[in-house]
Amino acid sequence: MKKVIRMREMSDNQKGIIMKITTNGEMSRRMREMGLVHGTSILIMGRAPLKDPVAVKINDYTLTLRNNEADHIMVEVDA
Amino acid sequence: MKRTITIALSGNPNSGKTTLFNAITGARQHIANYPGVTVEKKSGKIIHKGHEILVVDLPGTYSLTAYSLEEIVTRDFLINERPDVVVDIVDASNLDRNLYLAVQFRELGVPLIIALNMMDMAERRGIKVDHRILSQLFKVPVIPMVARSNKGVHELLDAIIETSAEDRTWNAEIISYGSDIDHGISEIEEIIRGARDFDPRYPSKWLALKCLEGDDQILKFIQGKPEIQPKIEPICHKISKHIQSTLEEEPEAIIADHRYGYIAGITKKAVRRKIESRLNFSDQLDKILTNRILGPTIMMLILYGIYVFTFWGSEAPVEWFGCFFTWMKENVSSMIPEGNLQSLIVSGIIDGVGGVFGFIPVIMFMFFAIAILEDSGYMARMAYMLDRVLRWFGLHGNSVIALLVSGGISGGCAVPGVMATRTLRDPKERIATLLVVPFMNCGAKLPVFLMLIAAFFSENEARMMFLFTMISWVLALFAAKLLRATVLRGPKTPFVMELPPYRAPTIKGICIHTWERTWQYMKKAGTVILGISIILWAMMTFPRLNEQQARFYEDQRLNTQKTFLSLSNVNGIIPDLPTLNRFDELYDLYRQSIKDYGPVPETLMKNPLYPVFNTLFPDQDVGRTHDGVKKDLATVTDLYLEYRNTMNLISAQEQQAALKATIAGWIGQTLEGITRTIGFDYRTNIALVGGFAAKEIILSTLGTAYSLGEVAPEESGTLSSRLARDPDWNPLKAFVLILFTMLYVPCFVTVISIKKESSWRWALFSMGFNLILAYLVSFIIYQTGKTLGIGI
Ligand SMILES: Nc1nc2c(ncn2[C@@H]2O[C@H](COP(=O)(O)OP(=O)(O)OP(=O)(O)O)[C@@H](O)[C@H]2O)c(=O)[nH]1
Ligand SMILES: [Mg+2]
Repeated sequence: MKKVIRMREMSDNQKGIIMKITTNGEMSRRMREMGLVHGTSILIMGRAPLKDPVAVKINDYTLTLRNNEADHIMVEVDA
Repeated sequence: MKRTITIALSGNPNSGKTTLFNAITGARQHIANYPGVTVEKKSGKIIHKGHEILVVDLPGTYSLTAYSLEEIVTRDFLINERPDVVVDIVDASNLDRNLYLAVQFRELGVPLIIALNMMDMAERRGIKVDHRILSQLFKVPVIPMVARSNKGVHELLDAIIETSAEDRTWNAEIISYGSDIDHGISEIEEIIRGARDFDPRYPSKWLALKCLEGDDQILKFIQGKPEIQPKIEPICHKISKHIQSTLEEEPEAIIADHRYGYIAGITKKAVRRKIESRLNFSDQLDKILTNRILGPTIMMLILYGIYVFTFWGSEAPVEWFGCFFTWMKENVSSMIPEGNLQSLIVSGIIDGVGGVFGFIPVIMFMFFAIAILEDSGYMARMAYMLDRVLRWFGLHGNSVIALLVSGGISGGCAVPGVMATRTLRDPKERIATLLVVPFMNCGAKLPVFLMLIAAFFSENEARMMFLFTMISWVLALFAAKLLRATVLRGPKTPFVMELPPYRAPTIKGICIHTWERTWQYMKKAGTVILGISIILWAMMTFPRLNEQQARFYEDQRLNTQKTFLSLSNVNGIIPDLPTLNRFDELYDLYRQSIKDYGPVPETLMKNPLYPVFNTLFPDQDVGRTHDGVKKDLATVTDLYLEYRNTMNLISAQEQQAALKATIAGWIGQTLEGITRTIGFDYRTNIALVGGFAAKEIILSTLGTAYSLGEVAPEESGTLSSRLARDPDWNPLKAFVLILFTMLYVPCFVTVISIKKESSWRWALFSMGFNLILAYLVSFIIYQTGKTLGIGI
């Protein structure tokens, strides 16, 4: 079974595939050019000591984004 | 000579552009393993096979939209300067995202070569890129290389010459973005083509695509063309609405999706992974270095380490610089007769420029440490871990380095601190950091604090010092929040940032990097800083006492000498003025030698002035005379010391009067009206005016202003004990003065550095803002304390 959740709700070391970016403007543009687009598989590497930002591994590189940014990324994960 | 070929180096941040630039030109550019280090563009020239090639290093960018500074710099350069070849440096270990930019270069139609960099890294990660297939599918030359070890540079230059010889016109090669958008593009393109005298710099297909993408810069450009704008706008609108209703996305997102889809199609064929992507070395290291508990602990240790390294390491060189300038001052003083010229050179130029050069070792050590952090990739982790805390104050994780270097643990320097803000990318965060960095307790403020604490809070010195360190952090952070909520207000910039893989820094890289930044600092000392030192010197020196006043003190001195010489006990031993002058000289020498080598053991001393007498009258063997003479000597000694005391008092009074008469003195007195409300009299004001030159001057000027005449330093009591005894002073005043010193106008070297890192506007703003904040804080504390009777 698969389900779609927000990236913020993912736990450490969980894998998933990006389904949709639910924001627009500068933030979505920035996400896109950094490779956060529909169909990308991601792996949550961990979170900063204060639980925010989150580090995400995409293919061969690691990105960090804040929780309020991760809120806008819908990810399909194994239920 | 053939014509010069201009090439532009472009690519994602941290893909190795600057490394390649250095490899090609041999120039010293700053290399760092931190995304976004090159912000301005830099250029260098070389000759390859008889062709002159001009290489321009552009800032790293992920995309060619026009939203961030580096994107605009890149795009404007390409469109306005039309380089013959654009070399897109692509990180082979990270191909998909890197090609996103390459696709956009092709859309723009620039003559493109892909430099497939970091092949070594890709190999180590088990990623095999076939550059021939990549080149075939992408339809541009692809040169595999390892820029860091100069591999492939030659081949790249050959390819550049070949491509530039083709002399192609720009040919926008767009891919398919789905039927709706493709259709829109051809419609708009036709309209643009149909327009007469259209700007030939822009390929029409690319313009059409950008219109649909909603690119601000291009839409504005189109708006300036009334001939076509009314025809294009409805098309964009229609397509946008259609896509939103059918796909629930903006055209922009759809276009991006297609670009990535196109890239995925290519990399599927050109890239083979030997190992399924697994946790690599960097990821494993991150598990430790960004661990919830270990991460912050290690970071604290590293931060503390930088601090210790910077200030302990530079201690000795700083002292050498100090000795060198003292030596120079002594030489100049002995070569040039006393007077305005000597004073200008010694107190104005050498002190001023010497003060600036004195910082050089500190700056070098700090940049060295920062270079290691940057090049290794750790800096990005720091930003990641600290983001949550510093974001609340409107700062960035990396701001912490600037704050720390400026004196976050007390003792530091705002000048390297200001320069450390270069690692911040967002201009607003950077300026906010720049502006609050001077609140930290730098090494020059500490002596002032220590002196006042010793005088008024001697019971718990350490606790007070700690308190003031805390206060400076709290005030700096809240000031940042205030600035970010007012003058530096702006939308929160997205934090989406790359954590670059850890890389071992190269010695060459670190040294180049350290030297470059230090050199930039040194260059300043020759110009602006010299000028300002001279102005400040003049303010503290002119106008001098008028003739009448000067004679008044001179007469007093002469009278004192006459009276002393006429004493019956004295004139048998010191008969006339020349002998007295010689005696004074010897006494000063003797005092100096005590200062330098410590006091003479008492058992050897037959009289406190024995060495002086002995030198002056070597044949009389002063020590072994009859009892009567011995007694005489003792009386003369007492009388002499008393005479010296009076002379010193006169000099001190003269110095005070002279200081009061100068421009700085005038300012100090004029400001008294205002500064009374925070408890400062004109003497403190003068010291604070002088403190603008360097905070150390506060202490020495207070010393002059409160001087009671220096007899022997052991006896007269320090400034600290003098202030403690002064009825005008109390703990409250001392507390307020410490706070004021902490917050008010940064020293001018810092102001110049702020200017250098931002603009005169912000440099002046920092002076005004800090002064007002200092006054407000002091006012509240002083008035509250006075009303409640605390500390008075
Ligand atoms: N393994 C490896 N590392 C490289 C290579 N080329 C560059 N590097 C390293 O990659 C890091 C980034 O290099 P820079 O030249 O500063 O990158 P840049 O593209 O100029 O970066 P920005 O100016 O920040 O956009 C440095 O640590 C280099 O030492 C390479 O071919 N192989
Ligand atoms: Mg660079």
